Amino acid sequence: MFNYLVRRLFIALPSLLGISLILFTVLALAPGDPFSELANDPSIPPAVAAALRHKFGLDDPIYLRYFHWLVAMLHGDWGYSFASRVDVSTLILQRLPTTLYVLGASQILALCVALPVGVYAGVRPYSLGDQIASTLALIGFSIPTFFTGLVLILIFSIWLDWLPFVYRTDISATGFAWYWAYIKEAIMPVAVLGLFQGAVWTRFVRASVLDVVRLDYVTTARAKGLAEHTVVLKHITRNAMIPVVTLVALSMPIVFGGAVVTEQIFRVPGIGSLLISAILNNDTPVIMGVTFIFSCLVIVFNLIADLLYGWLDPRISYR
Amino acid sequence: MAGSTPASPTAEVPLAAAAPLIAAAAAPRKTLGGEAWRRFRRHRLAVASALVLALMTFAVLFGSLIWPVPINAIDFAAHLQGPSLAHPLGTDDLGQDLLARMLYGGRISLAVGFASMVIAVLVGTLVGAVAGSSRSATDTGLVWLIDLFLSLPQLPLLLLLIYLFRASLRKLAGLEIGTFILIVVVIGGFRWMSVARLVRAEFLSLREKEFVEAARALGAPQWRLVMHHILPNAFGPVIVAATIEVANAIIAESTLSFLGLGFPPDVPSWGRILYDAQDYLDIAPHWALFAGGAIFLTVMAINYVGDGLRDALDPRRVL
Repeated sequence: MFNYLVRRLFIALPSLLGISLILFTVLALAPGDPFSELANDPSIPPAVAAALRHKFGLDDPIYLRYFHWLVAMLHGDWGYSFASRVDVSTLILQRLPTTLYVLGASQILALCVALPVGVYAGVRPYSLGDQIASTLALIGFSIPTFFTGLVLILIFSIWLDWLPFVYRTDISATGFAWYWAYIKEAIMPVAVLGLFQGAVWTRFVRASVLDVVRLDYVTTARAKGLAEHTVVLKHITRNAMIPVVTLVALSMPIVFGGAVVTEQIFRVPGIGSLLISAILNNDTPVIMGVTFIFSCLVIVFNLIADLLYGWLDPRISYR
Repeated sequence: MAGSTPASPTAEVPLAAAAPLIAAAAAPRKTLGGEAWRRFRRHRLAVASALVLALMTFAVLFGSLIWPVPINAIDFAAHLQGPSLAHPLGTDDLGQDLLARMLYGGRISLAVGFASMVIAVLVGTLVGAVAGSSRSATDTGLVWLIDLFLSLPQLPLLLLLIYLFRASLRKLAGLEIGTFILIVVVIGGFRWMSVARLVRAEFLSLREKEFVEAARALGAPQWRLVMHHILPNAFGPVIVAATIEVANAIIAESTLSFLGLGFPPDVPSWGRILYDAQDYLDIAPHWALFAGGAIFLTVMAINYVGDGLRDALDPRRVL
């Protein structure tokens, strides 16, 4: 088990290096550099600007710059935010828990929707229930998250006035009221993200159950006289989950994209909205840091998927 | 049996109902396209969606001739009005006619979707074909590249690229064209992976088939094998994937514009209209609802057409 994990980590490492290489290339190819403002500033003599460039290694060959950058990133030295005058790592660590809380809750909601509905629809293909579920799923994943967010705000905040549409971290209430306010403000962001992912995954689950449900071993299980719920849960669902796990892991980058949008709509102070504000403020170190964190999260989720895969499919051993 | 289940019930027609259709279709010649069209027509929602799409395309292409209101005619006397005879979709905060702006924006959204799809399919087919027809390290390397791109956090990178290259491309090719090229290339460049995987998988199975072997035995060179024998047979799933890519690209462009990083304010793509409308959600909900509804309708129609095509082009289905 432990060896398996280590081996997967060694496979993940080149991907992380590749991602860092792509990030760095993008930044190196981009027109302009951090010192272009110095060059335009008449009060700084060209010699000083050149010395600064030399001191910060901007004149080094590109592979050396990549190496320096990589070493700094690995040391946790992620730079210094131009806009808020704080270390990038501090800034990201402040924001990360909120993002993980909203993302985690929404993914749990998505699974709670997708698994039962998808299995139900897949076991009874083309029944009325399946058609309703499939139609709803298709509608659900055709509505972009930003539109769902706006519609929910319109209905629940403006017309019904039930839920706040701005996510706040400085709730003044204490005790039970604090928890309630905390949950209440997360309902809409979590619902927007969760229902979208739920719709996507419902389609995955249904398609994968459909592939399994007609196999001979399922007929055998029924012929043996096993109870229907045993057949569905132990024989069909477990095997149908194997491709679903891969698809879920593959859709993680899209989930993070949805998180960026949702955080922006509901003003959730997570790393997604940090990214947008950093881009609007030309805050390059923060942009790099957040993009890198997102990449790491994708890789972590791929690793989790690999582990789940081994658990679901005993043919893949942990050797 | 496994895997041959159609994505929708309408593709499976009871024999009795299908008999007259088969009799009618029992013309001396059955072309591949004709067969696919016959199957596609069975999927009523897909046909309806194709009609909706055709109507929308017609509207955005020629709508400005029928509704010749300039998109930037400011009229403060009529600002934030709901739908009326003078303004069928209402007006925005500057009193600009929303119908005219929606027609113009639809042109951009559809064009971005289509152009990004073309890029994604071209790159994907190229990478997939090269990977699928080589047996050496090239294949391993390209598969690694595909996996790497699949684990990139797409939206953050899209935002990063657009932020970095926006200014210089605008200088190079003009405000509107520059943004268009950038958005199309960047979206297409991040969405070719699914096509590449499909093409590679098709190539791997097709290149072992007897007809390819026969062609090779007749002395056909490698390029002819690929271009004339393998590639045309691999195109069914690619067309389906391409359809879905159009929908994805439209969502991606709207997301960028919605985050304020897509087209500039004077180019009202649907996402941009939604971005402007979100601040007036409480007094002018029609503004956001029309723009979001248009994106939703288009994306859903494309997805339904994709579903219909999947059933129509699947050669395993015998109807």
